[in-house]
Formats: sequence, C-alpha cells, structure tokens
Amino acid sequence: MNDNGTIITLTYREAIKQAIRDALNRDEKVFLMGEDVGRYGGAFAVSKGLLKEFGPDRIMDVPLSESGFVGAGIGAALGGMRPIVEIMTVNFSLLAFDQIANNAATLLHMSGGQLNVPVVIRMNSGTGRQLAAQHSHSWEPLFAHIPGLKVLSVGTHEDARAMLLTALTDPDPVIIFEYTSMLNIEQEISSEVQPVDIRRAKVRKEGQDISIITYGPGVYKTLEAATELSEAGIDAEVLDLRVLRPLDEKTIMASVAKTHRALIVEEAWQSVSISSEVSARITEKCFYELDAPVQRLCGIEVPMPYPKHLEDASIPQKDQIVAIVKKILQHEGV
Amino acid sequence: MNEEEIKNTIFHLLMNIAPDTEPGQLQPNDNIRQTLAIDSFDYLQFIVAMDKAFGMETPEEDYGKIETLDSLMNYIGEHQHSHG
Amino acid sequence: MKEFRMPSLGADMEAGFLREWKVKPGDYVQRGDIIAEVETQKGIIDIEVFDEGIIGELVIKEDDKVPVGTLMTYIHTSEKEVEKEPELVREESKMTAVQVKEPVKQMREPVTAPVHRIRASPLAKRIAAEKGIDISKVRGSGPEGAVIREDIEKAVQEKVTQPHKEIPPPIAEEIAPPSVSVQSYTENIRMAVAAAMSRSNREIPHYYLQTKVDMTAALTWLTEANRQRSSKDRLLPAVLLLKAVAKALTDVPDLNGWWENGLQRKKDIHIGFVVSLRTGGVIVPAIHHVDEKSPDELMKMLSDIIPRARALKLRSSELADSTITVTSLGEGAVETVYGVIYPPQVALVGFGGITEEPWAENGMVGVRPVMTVTLAADHRATDGNIGNQFLTALKQHLKQPEQL
Repeated sequence: MNDNGTIITLTYREAIKQAIRDALNRDEKVFLMGEDVGRYGGAFAVSKGLLKEFGPDRIMDVPLSESGFVGAGIGAALGGMRPIVEIMTVNFSLLAFDQIANNAATLLHMSGGQLNVPVVIRMNSGTGRQLAAQHSHSWEPLFAHIPGLKVLSVGTHEDARAMLLTALTDPDPVIIFEYTSMLNIEQEISSEVQPVDIRRAKVRKEGQDISIITYGPGVYKTLEAATELSEAGIDAEVLDLRVLRPLDEKTIMASVAKTHRALIVEEAWQSVSISSEVSARITEKCFYELDAPVQRLCGIEVPMPYPKHLEDASIPQKDQIVAIVKKILQHEGV
Repeated sequence: MNEEEIKNTIFHLLMNIAPDTEPGQLQPNDNIRQTLAIDSFDYLQFIVAMDKAFGMETPEEDYGKIETLDSLMNYIGEHQHSHG
Repeated sequence: MKEFRMPSLGADMEAGFLREWKVKPGDYVQRGDIIAEVETQKGIIDIEVFDEGIIGELVIKEDDKVPVGTLMTYIHTSEKEVEKEPELVREESKMTAVQVKEPVKQMREPVTAPVHRIRASPLAKRIAAEKGIDISKVRGSGPEGAVIREDIEKAVQEKVTQPHKEIPPPIAEEIAPPSVSVQSYTENIRMAVAAAMSRSNREIPHYYLQTKVDMTAALTWLTEANRQRSSKDRLLPAVLLLKAVAKALTDVPDLNGWWENGLQRKKDIHIGFVVSLRTGGVIVPAIHHVDEKSPDELMKMLSDIIPRARALKLRSSELADSTITVTSLGEGAVETVYGVIYPPQVALVGFGGITEEPWAENGMVGVRPVMTVTLAADHRATDGNIGNQFLTALKQHLKQPEQL
C-alpha cells in the first residue's frame, strides 16, 4: 500500500478488493465468507486472488444457503470473530432476512446489552447488465427500516476503498450495499486511504440553489447532472446520504437550510423508500426553510425489466435529473 | 350620405359583425359573404344593422340583389332615397 | 353549507385560471349569478352558481390555476347553517331584538371577512413575517402562482427603496378589463378540439345513419313567417332544425344524454350548437331547454349566444350542459355531415346544405329543395333501431313546421 498520497486510477471492484485485503491484513479475526468467494474469485470477481493470498480459513466458500451461512456469520461474530459475509446480491438476501432482521438486529436488545453482533454483511444491489427482475432490485429501504442495523451505501470509489474498514470497527451489525452497475467504473482517487465516517452523509459538491440528495449509483449520475446544470447557471449541491440508517439528519437539514429546495434521487421504488423518509424528515424538521415542494425522482414501480432500454428507463438518469431541477428552479409545475 | 360615406358605413358594420376580417380588401364585385366567410347568422345581423343605419327595410327576397359591394351600394343608394 | 368546486366546462377541460372573483365573502347569491371569471382554452368563461346563499371564504386566489373539481368557495345555503358560523353567533348576541326579527336582512349582511388562503412557500411566509411584508400583496412567481422567497425579497427591496410611498400599480393594468383576443386562443381551441375529438374516436363506437328530407314545407313556412317580420325579427332555418331535433328527442329520449358508466338520459334538452370560428376551431355553446322554446325565443337566444361564442365570452353552463350536439354545414357545397360525437354525449345530428334534387313522391317526380340529415350515435348507448326512430321522427317534424 502506498502512503505517499499519489493519485491512482482504479475500478470500483478493485477498490473493494483492496479494502477487503486491508481488513484481512489489519486484523486476524477478520475473514470473508460467501458463495463462490474463494476458488471462483467471487460472483463479480471482487475477491479474485484472495484465496491464494490468505488461504481457505480466511476466504471461505460456503454452501448455497443464504439463511445457513448468514446465520453462521452471526454466530462467528457472537463468538468473537469479525466476519465479512458476502451475499451475492440483495435479491438473495431475502432468504437470509430472518437471520438479519430477527437475530443480528435484535440480539443486543434482547440480551439486555450483553451480546453485540459485530458482523458486516456486504451485498450487491441495483441493476447489473440486463440481469432482469430477480437479480436487479434495490432493496435498501427494506433494511433501512430495521432498528438495530446500520445500513451503508457505497456511492463512490473513496467509500468503496475504505468504508468496510470503518464498518469492521463497529460493535454492531452493519449492512453494506455495493452496486453491480458500478463495478467496472474507473475513477482517480488518492492512494492514501482516508477513513470514512459511517455516521455522516457527505456533501460531494457544494452548491447554493438546490440540494440533490442521493446515494449509491445516484451519486455519480447526480454529479454529472450538477456539472451540466452549472452550465445552465444552476448551482446544485450534491449530498451523498452514505448512511441510510440511521439517517444523518444534521447534514441533510444543513444543506436544505442553505439551498431551500430539495430533490431526492434514488433507484429504489418510490413508495415507502429512503426518499419517502428523507422527504418526510425535511418537511418535519425544515419546513420553514422550504421555498418549493420537496421532489423525488425514483425507480419506476415495476419489476426490473430485462430489455436494456426498459432497464434504463426504469431508473433515474442524468437527463431526468437535469430536467426536473430546471423545472423546480424555473417555477414550472413539476 | 354620399357614396364614400355609405361605403365606410358598410365597412364599419361588417367589422362589427366580423371583427376578424378586413372588409377594406373587398373588391367591388367580390361576393361579400364568401370573401369574408360570413355565415347566414352573421349575415342576418349585418342586414339588421344595415337597415337600422340607413333607415330602410330589406325584405328577404332582395338578399340576392345585394351580394357584392357594388350591388349593395347601389341598393342602398336607391332605397335610402325612396325612404328618405 | 355547500362546497363550490371548479366546474368541468367540457370533456376536454382539466383546469382553468381563476381570473377574477365577482363576489366577496358575505355576498348573497342566487342560482344563475356569476361569481367568477375563469380562463379556459375556450376563452374567459363566466362561472355561475346553482345555489342560493351566502359566499364564504374564497379558497382560491385570483390568477391561480384551478384543476376541475377543486374547492373554490363555500355557499352557506340556509339561514340555519349560517348561524353555525361562530362569528355570526357572536354578532347575534350583540343584536337588538328588532334586528333579530329581520333575520333575512341580517343574512344579507357580510358574515365575516375571512382571510384568503395564500399560496406561498413556507420560507416565503417566514421571511415575509420577519420583514413585515404583507404577503397578500405580493405577486407570486412560483409554481401555480405561489409566492416564493424571491418575490418576498423583491418586495423587501421595493419597500427599502421607496419607504414612504405605496407603489401605484400601472394604471392601464388596473382599469383595463381582461382583454380577450380571439386570436390568442386559436391554438388553445385547436388543442381542445383535438383532445375532445381524439377521445371521441378512441372511446366511442360511432354508428351513422342518414336520411333525406323534403324541405319545401319548412322553407315555405319560413319565407311566410319572415315576410311579416322586420329584419331584426327574422328567423333562420337553424331555428327550425333545432326545434325539430328537440321534438324528435322528446319522442326518442335515448339519444339525449351522456355516457357515464352507462347511458345517463337527461331530462332537459340542451342542444350544443356548433359555431365555427373564422380563425379556426369550433365552440359549441348549449342552447338551453330547446323543447320549451318557441322559434322566436330560440332566434333571440341564438342572437345572444352566437356573438358571445365568437367573442369567447360564454357562461359556464353554456359550455358544460349540452346533452346532444347539432352541426349545420349547410352554407357551402356539403350535402352530408358525418359527425364526431362530443363526449360524454351520445349523439350528434348533422345537417347538410339544401339542394334542389329530383324527388319522387306518390308516383310523381318533381324538383324539391332537399336536405340530408345524418345521425352519428354512440353504439354503446343505443342501436340503429333507436337512431332510425329518431331520424324518422325528425323528418316528420320538419315536414310540419307550423307545429314546431
């Protein structure tokens, strides 16, 4: 690992792999378990080569039984280990939902504070390349609903590189969402790893005219939209929620109090979503700062279609973000 | 009323009935109704206004005698005289 | 208390702009009174009320866009209900005995002066309060006329630069009535016609029937009638046609109504009469209760309504009430009209021009003035047999003009 702070170019996938490698090197209690993470190198090739590097005790292939291996991960965490459990995609996590919601999230409470469950569960979310409905959904809102969990969303390469490390220091269960659609995206980041604060949302671009609040794949799309909007003279602020539970109200409200307008962009379905919650909190906590109704741009409420053009049409895209912001600011009906 | 006054009065009345037309563009032998797209309803309104303006009474069977600007002006000239 | 909501002025209307309130809270209104002017695609329309009572709070602000069905104001319909208003109860407790004996007079007094509901962003309201700006005097530039921060900041600026002077509004703007240029609506009317006709062709399975009518009797009767009249009292053939349609509808009521979850027959016969605009497009004002009117009364109604239709100055009931449509294209070379029904109505009667044709009757051939009448009807509501009965009745009535 370089410590001299030079700029390096790497993919989102590589950033995650480096984070896992760092974690394994830093703490011998850390191990990775999941379907095909070892010999196959991970369904999305994130852990490729790690088996050779760390051996089968620390890169552990598991049977195709989400409920079984997530339960085993929770057990290992209770037993003092620091497991990183990889669930291939959020779609399959529903098979392990009982373990997560009824065990990982509740044990601290039900044991009167005696049993921490320091498990980190990583899973891919959102669209890939035409993987169709059963492999492409965005179920962050389901997890963000549950007290006892911390829910993180990796929207940038910096976060991909370092968020896991902070998550592993947390004494309680942390769910990390990574994004299939972002794995191949290359970005320049500093080779010097900056710690990620997993209690705070992050302003990715400062602006005065409107707060665009987003997470996950929405972050880069929104940043692109903000660049385009600046050409039209609109100075948008881009806020990456990063923590979906518990929401960082302070940062959200500070941004809205500055810009007085808010648009929330997310790939998940609109009804009962992260954006529903953010919108409600803004109205509750920040009503007298609002100069326009809070607007949302979310996934179309259909099972994710297979054809490429319909897949693209089902989730927010840069042009839509630009258009809706212009509407809000130019006072047209939205 | 001299010829010019009659003409101006006719234009004025036509403008009232059909404000979005330009009677000034009418040629002497143009069919007024066709040229200005005046339907039977508007035409009746015009006759009513015309009768009032010139103090005359145009019977229905004379409608055929007043189809162009020229013939209308002649008709008014004659009837205005006979009715004083 | 009744809620007064934005009326639908035709199947194609989604919303209108409230341009002017003609009443204020506390005003007494009767059925048919005009309470507001609303701008629609079809011009500025006078909005009528259908209840008697006292106007309550004006919920909608002038120049707001108002979707159909939106609450606009309240009408306190009976004395008893008015008394429920707490303000009035307080007033009454102060009344002398004499005043109490005249409750009707009291009812005509203003009940209370409720504050307009002001559409403004929460931030704009907060800043206005902080800076001492009367938000009701600020013109909103936000969505649907909402007052936003920018508007308040402008108002603050104006207050600072002219601290002791009220800024007079531009005189012309205040005095001039809203001017309606027919041209400016041409495009809107085109779109309104496009929307209604598209819907009609999409939704309504039309069937078409036609027949020819010997117009000798009708025209003779009309010529005779007009001979005895001065030009201002003369009748047009359209009056006979409307009257004959109304009579035929009395005989065959199934064609007089709306298709709304099934056929809703209408008791009253309000005929929508197609008026073409020279600038393009059509306006279809309703001629009310045609069956109850004499030809002379009908002619008076047409003389009133057609110029107003052309000037886009109609009343709400005239745009919304039609139970059937009549179109007459008799002025050009057209003989036969295949009409498109105006939803939610279920029929349209089309009259072509009157032309001289060879006509065989009682084994004799002669030349007669002949008119083609068509019926376009909604096959969901009626079948050809009903249409046949209607056209047969219509033909019969046109042959007996003296009874119309």
